[in-house]
Amino acid sequence: MKYALLAYNEPETDQRGPIRTDIAGVLARPSVTSWARLQPVESATTLSSAGGKTLLTDGPFVDSKEYLAGLIILEAANLDEALAIAAELQDMRTDGAIEVRPILEDG
Amino acid sequence: MLEDLFRDEWGRVVASLVGSLGDIELAEEAAQDAFAAAAERWPRDGEPANPIGWLITAGRNRAIDRIRRDRAYAQKAALLARELADQTEGTVDETTSFPDERLELIFTCCHPALALDAQVALTLRTLGGLSTDEIARAFLLPFETMSKRLTRAKHKIRDAVIPFAVPSDDLLPDRLDAVLSVVYLIFNQGWGDGRAELAGEAIRLGRALVELMPDESEPLALLALMLLHDSRRAARFVNGELVVLDEQDRELWDQARIDEGRELLRRAIARHDRGPYVIQAAIADLHLEDPRDWGEIATLYGVLAQLTHSPVVEMNRAVALAEIDGPEAALQLIDQLPLDGYRYFHSTRADFLRRLGRNTEARMAFGRALELTDNELERRFLEGRMLELRPRSDADWDEFWTSTLDDLKKTLEGGQGQPR
Repeated sequence: MKYALLAYNEPETDQRGPIRTDIAGVLARPSVTSWARLQPVESATTLSSAGGKTLLTDGPFVDSKEYLAGLIILEAANLDEALAIAAELQDMRTDGAIEVRPILEDG
Repeated sequence: MLEDLFRDEWGRVVASLVGSLGDIELAEEAAQDAFAAAAERWPRDGEPANPIGWLITAGRNRAIDRIRRDRAYAQKAALLARELADQTEGTVDETTSFPDERLELIFTCCHPALALDAQVALTLRTLGGLSTDEIARAFLLPFETMSKRLTRAKHKIRDAVIPFAVPSDDLLPDRLDAVLSVVYLIFNQGWGDGRAELAGEAIRLGRALVELMPDESEPLALLALMLLHDSRRAARFVNGELVVLDEQDRELWDQARIDEGRELLRRAIARHDRGPYVIQAAIADLHLEDPRDWGEIATLYGVLAQLTHSPVVEMNRAVALAEIDGPEAALQLIDQLPLDGYRYFHSTRADFLRRLGRNTEARMAFGRALELTDNELERRFLEGRMLELRPRSDADWDEFWTSTLDDLKKTLEGGQGQPR
């Protein structure tokens, strides 16, 4: 089973700079198949549809205080395994949140 | 009687089928089919030697039939179900001794990834065998709402792959707490309204937990707690009206329940664990004595407060302290608690105020409790109490005017007057 971990940060948190060693350790595990840290929301551009046309806007799609800061793709046997890894990461972070969602496998 | 068997064994059959089929919806359908087949066959052919084995086998066979006949159904079925269909028939039959998988099922239903109301509904449906309609009515919700809640929960379990397993040792304490909370919540839902079925259902679930986890003290204590409360059921309502413990006819208390509850409590205490349910059961036991040892009750509430940091527990401790130090001290204690939204806080305040002769303030507190209650029996009880406190004598009227003017003065001086 594949799971996506969506890491949200509080607005004050700046995650540029080297990844913390403990977090890097989790990300290096074989069950983590890929991961990415996203640049801050100011760097985002959003495309959406309105009136049959595709619009381009400056900034993220969801306008909220907390912002999507990173994505992690995990391989896990079940939700408890995925939650265990997410919990390890969230314990290290102490603010923001991590959403765990199963990935829809096609084919 | 098949109906009794249904009540007692539905959970066992569903649990086993969830284990085989890997999907709760499929397991429920299969169990439904199996019980229907039994209703048809057993009156004719006699009850089988191993009724549970018969039912589980019948459920599995029907599920296999469906998977073979119906491609859409097969796709819906989890991988395990397809593997099941590939097995040659005859390896499993009604004489097979199937392991009891109810523990796996209850931990799945009470998984923290599911919202609490979903946990409660799913536990009642899959382990209790209550119909969606029965659960909806028990929680005073429309059928549609409950139906959607159940479906969403089952789909979440399927899509997020909540494992069908007893949690590992490191997770077990928290997960067990969650299961016990769900069972106690079900009991309390039935307790407040005086409806026996839900309380009875919770007790049955409690018995299953004790049977399945004989080495744990909290399930023993929870069952003890529920039995000790439930023993007073017949005395709690007279002519459809709520009767408080002090005014109950003790002859109506179920002594067998009390004895059983006390024996379970003794077993739980013998294990030297002092979890919250052990303490609550000990308190419930103390409340059955006459006269009550309020000192001991207050002490135990203190211990419970340390464990749970719950303002409701603090409130209950104050109620015990009122019996020892008087209502004035107790009132000062509870006025510091953040319980303005809790109806029993206001009814407790009202009782203290009444005992202090502050009838007008007591009536207002009862009024506040009334605003917060959703229960017809409680409503009538509180209205009755309010009526008893209406001014009748000159002294009553003096008190009314003094209190009202005091309140007005405080409001004009910028204070908040009576807590609202």
